[in-house]
Amino acid sequence: MNTRGLGSQLKDSISVSELSASSPFGNHDILRRGFSCVKNELLPSHPLELSEKNFQLNQDKMNFSTLRNIQGLYAPLKLQMEFKAVKQVQRLPFLQSSNLSLDILRGSDESIGFEDILNDPSQSEIMGEPHMMMEYKLGLL
Amino acid sequence: MLQADWNPQGGFSFKNCQRNAFLESSLKGLRVPHARKTGTTIAGLVFQDGVILGADTRATNDSVVADKNCEKIHFIAPNIYCCGAGVAADAEMTTQMMASNMELHALSTGRKPRVVTVTRMLRQMLFRYQGHIGASLIVGGVDITGPLLYSVHPHGSYSRLLFTALGSGQEAAISVLEDRFKPNMTLEEGQQLIVEAVTAGILDDLGSGSNVDMCVITQAGAKIQRAVSTPAVISKRQGKYRYPKGTTAVMKETVTPLALEMIEETVQTMEVE
Repeated sequence: MNTRGLGSQLKDSISVSELSASSPFGNHDILRRGFSCVKNELLPSHPLELSEKNFQLNQDKMNFSTLRNIQGLYAPLKLQMEFKAVKQVQRLPFLQSSNLSLDILRGSDESIGFEDILNDPSQSEIMGEPHMMMEYKLGLL
Repeated sequence: MLQADWNPQGGFSFKNCQRNAFLESSLKGLRVPHARKTGTTIAGLVFQDGVILGADTRATNDSVVADKNCEKIHFIAPNIYCCGAGVAADAEMTTQMMASNMELHALSTGRKPRVVTVTRMLRQMLFRYQGHIGASLIVGGVDITGPLLYSVHPHGSYSRLLFTALGSGQEAAISVLEDRFKPNMTLEEGQQLIVEAVTAGILDDLGSGSNVDMCVITQAGAKIQRAVSTPAVISKRQGKYRYPKGTTAVMKETVTPLALEMIEETVQTMEVE
């Protein structure tokens, strides 16, 4: 799919916990995450993985650059300001926020995609540890 | 475990792809479960008053018939219907999502849905997933601009046509359509031709079978007819294959009574009425 070389296919944000030791006494969970291999953690496991992870970001970038070309610099600047303002309205870190205003601004409140049907984050079975996440957010950790 | 930037997203999750690839490569002789394909013949044509869509009704799972009477003509809008071929689940979910999106779009714009809108939404979604969603669709409908028929392929390409066929039986169906299609046919001629085209697919291709479903869409509305024709009838058995009693001679007979003792008896009354 991507012929620009292996470098462009690397996953750029790897969670810290996945790179931990794989010894029997380390906290690498073979049952949940399978056998560890550096290649598997750096390269995507499916051709669509990277493009799907960055899809919303790329859509936004494309829309803003088109808007800049048509209407000038002020239009995307104002919109990005509104996006930033609206992204700050969130619940506590371990709870899922609905992001209603962000959806309205993006126009995705009027369409249904796979992100609404599959793997709905509000119904996810795992949750971060509440106390740890609050302490991390408040800088106490 | 603490993850620094934990931002759960909806949509497809690729968590198990590595594990699956590893299992497939390390366990020899593992039969990986495949998605059920429809193994279809779907066809559509434009006649003088609108659009006619036709489809067979067999769903296959590799070489086994999984469903003898499945519906392949899906509703998108009251004036737009869509036939789906390829992976059954992909075609079904895609058309359901399109139907929902078209309803939202119609409510938001205040206008009746158009076929080109459905086609464009489909193309953009299928291209986004680079053909991994294996749905080939024939979209047909009558809107404010007239009757339209589009065929959309899994990678996102599309064509606007007067007649088309897709699926594993498309060669047989297309050959019938190419031979006998004329522009501006009447309703009866169009229906006859669609039934013949789908029947050719059913008789020629192993993945298509059972009945022919048809959907006629005009300016007045859409009408679906299930099982318009059943080309392949199950044949009757020619003879009886059971052996009469006494065919095999009995040489010896021994009776051994089993000594059983009743230990417990429970009576459970059934609620009748």
